[in-house]
Amino acid sequence: MMNAADTYVESDRAIPIVRDTDVIAARQEARALASRVGFTGTDLVLIASAVSEVARNIVAYAGPGEVVLSVVQNRSRLGLQVIARDQGPGIADLSSALEKGFSTSRSLGLGLPGSKRFMDEFRLESTLGIGTTVTMRKWLS
Amino acid sequence: MCSLLEAMRVPILKQGNYVIASIQSALTDDDLLQLRDGLTSHVGRYRSKGVIVDVTALDVMDSFATRTVRDLALMVRLRGAKTVIVGIQPEVAFAMVQLGLELGDVGTALDLEEALEWLHDECR
Repeated sequence: MMNAADTYVESDRAIPIVRDTDVIAARQEARALASRVGFTGTDLVLIASAVSEVARNIVAYAGPGEVVLSVVQNRSRLGLQVIARDQGPGIADLSSALEKGFSTSRSLGLGLPGSKRFMDEFRLESTLGIGTTVTMRKWLS
Repeated sequence: MCSLLEAMRVPILKQGNYVIASIQSALTDDDLLQLRDGLTSHVGRYRSKGVIVDVTALDVMDSFATRTVRDLALMVRLRGAKTVIVGIQPEVAFAMVQLGLELGDVGTALDLEEALEWLHDECR
């Protein structure tokens, strides 16, 4: 899924995620970077929402962690890459975590599935006792 | 005529039978929960009949914000008042629909004036 031909246009921007104010910082930075890449309107809101969901998951279940934002390029196509990673307990049931309506915390359970649907690429990796990494990409069409 | 709850990120104004919360900037999850609880207790204390939450300043309504607003409206209703949400930005509305986020049984209005009219009709 993550293509080896993709290149990184900009150096990564890492935002530490410890408390809930960091969730706001992460989504605002993602929105600003996405806007610089060329995303507009609803796409900006959806990107900010997706970052909000993955960053909140870190605070709620697995803090501390970080959100790393990068601009990626595939041939002439530009995109935004978001990596959210933590060294938390890990997710026991990966498929449930991506299921609509599934939540062990205080959300609607629409966070990850909604983000997965909107993003062009979405990968969730988790190892119990080691941590979780979510990698998402949205390409500019 | 107006009261301002201290230590809250969101100013809450009392106007007659109604209470108006005007969100000024991005809110953390804790801010949102505080707003929910603050408004619910406000309704009890002042016997308010209607609650207006102005979200014009919010550039994102993610799953947590949506859930908290939904819970707020439900709690307020159980305390005998109605809630109306004002000023959801068009691109925020598009995003909410795409993500399948629903506010449930809560009134919505484009601006404060419309919200007051809506409450006036509902609370008659």
